[in-house]
Amino acid sequence: MCLGIPGKILSLSEGDPLCPAKVNFGGITKEISLAFVPEARCGDYVIVHAGFALTVLDEGEALETLDYLRQMGEANGGSGE
Amino acid sequence: MKYVDEYRDARVVQRLARDLAQACTRPWKIMEVCGGQTHAIVKFGITELLPAGIELIHGPGCPVCVTPLAMIDKAAIIAARPEVIFCSFGDMLRVPGSAGDLLTIKANGGDVRMVYSPLDAVNIARANPDREVVFFAVGFETTAPANAMAVYQASRLGLGNFSLLVAQVMVPPALKALLVSPERRIQGLLAAGHVCTVMGYREYEPLARDCHVPIVVTGFEPVDIMQGIYLCVRQLEEGRAEVENQYTRSVRREGNPAARKLMGDVFTVTTQQWRGIGEIPASGLRLRDAYAAYDAERRFGLGAYRAEESSLCRSGLVLQGAIRPVECACFGNGCTPEKPLGAPMVSSEGACAAYYLYRRG
Repeated sequence: MCLGIPGKILSLSEGDPLCPAKVNFGGITKEISLAFVPEARCGDYVIVHAGFALTVLDEGEALETLDYLRQMGEANGGSGE
Repeated sequence: MKYVDEYRDARVVQRLARDLAQACTRPWKIMEVCGGQTHAIVKFGITELLPAGIELIHGPGCPVCVTPLAMIDKAAIIAARPEVIFCSFGDMLRVPGSAGDLLTIKANGGDVRMVYSPLDAVNIARANPDREVVFFAVGFETTAPANAMAVYQASRLGLGNFSLLVAQVMVPPALKALLVSPERRIQGLLAAGHVCTVMGYREYEPLARDCHVPIVVTGFEPVDIMQGIYLCVRQLEEGRAEVENQYTRSVRREGNPAARKLMGDVFTVTTQQWRGIGEIPASGLRLRDAYAAYDAERRFGLGAYRAEESSLCRSGLVLQGAIRPVECACFGNGCTPEKPLGAPMVSSEGACAAYYLYRRG
């Protein structure tokens, strides 16, 4: 039920309090409300649940996590096989 | 797909498994709270990658599973009325009530519709002014903002034919109930990433401190879950009990302020009955008095309805992490996803369904 799917904002419309936007989920496009993420911009990735974007995914944080995991593997001599 | 594929990288998962094996010197019991995580753990075989001493206990984080029987019955009673269009997420349609499920009502002529968003139900109400449209507002904090927005929109549009049957529950009070229980087995917790995306994790800080339990806010992909377990074990091994955030790409400490604001405007905290667990103070949401006109229980006069649980289904113990699904005598033997005795066998997040679909042992 708390399933949240990442999607990419393709376009957004102004003026409507529900801030409807077209969001692409790996090929499928749906209309999603951006009412809870007023900071969202075209091209951003959002986590969507029950028709609403709940957060704008933070690319910097995502890269930091992946870098950390990569370094952890190297530090332990893991070749990642 | 960006933000999915890199978190399903088997090499990274295996690396984390090795680091975890190195970090872990003793057996530990860790509960993953969210049913979505339970499904990912069983589906991706994460338990097979863990050191022998690590036991994952499946938590109560399945809103479908903890919605009280009386509420399922109320849904069926309302859905059977000829003037009603009853809208629900798909998960709820097959949860058995005292006299069948919502699909049975539909088969018997009830107008029961599966929707993707509560806003779909608002649009159905707009398009059908001569019908009563009811949305079954089941969910945790993740879903509450969407449900709040549906009521807010209905009120803004002056829709007199829309109402919510509210069964909203909140995670931290339920965790506290499990952590202070004399039968507590849990030593570490993986908190639910999307609940925390909405609410943030400040509420968990006193819980970690007072109950001396490390809490790691964790995402839903295999890499997230392995890293969440690793961070939790590292805290346990070092004797720390803090809140850590693994799911930083989605979760901020304060959560989503716009979503929390609307939730607080529309809903207020109330005592809530959890199916299989019992009553937990301040663990649910009800509509504020200003929105009482949108309360389906009030509209259809069902406030006093009560129901008795079946004695066969042991889902209460499963939901508390006291037994594994396979330890129930009915598992796969009188209780299957096609013919469930209890909600955890129905829901896409229920622990019983996860075991039935992906493993039997």
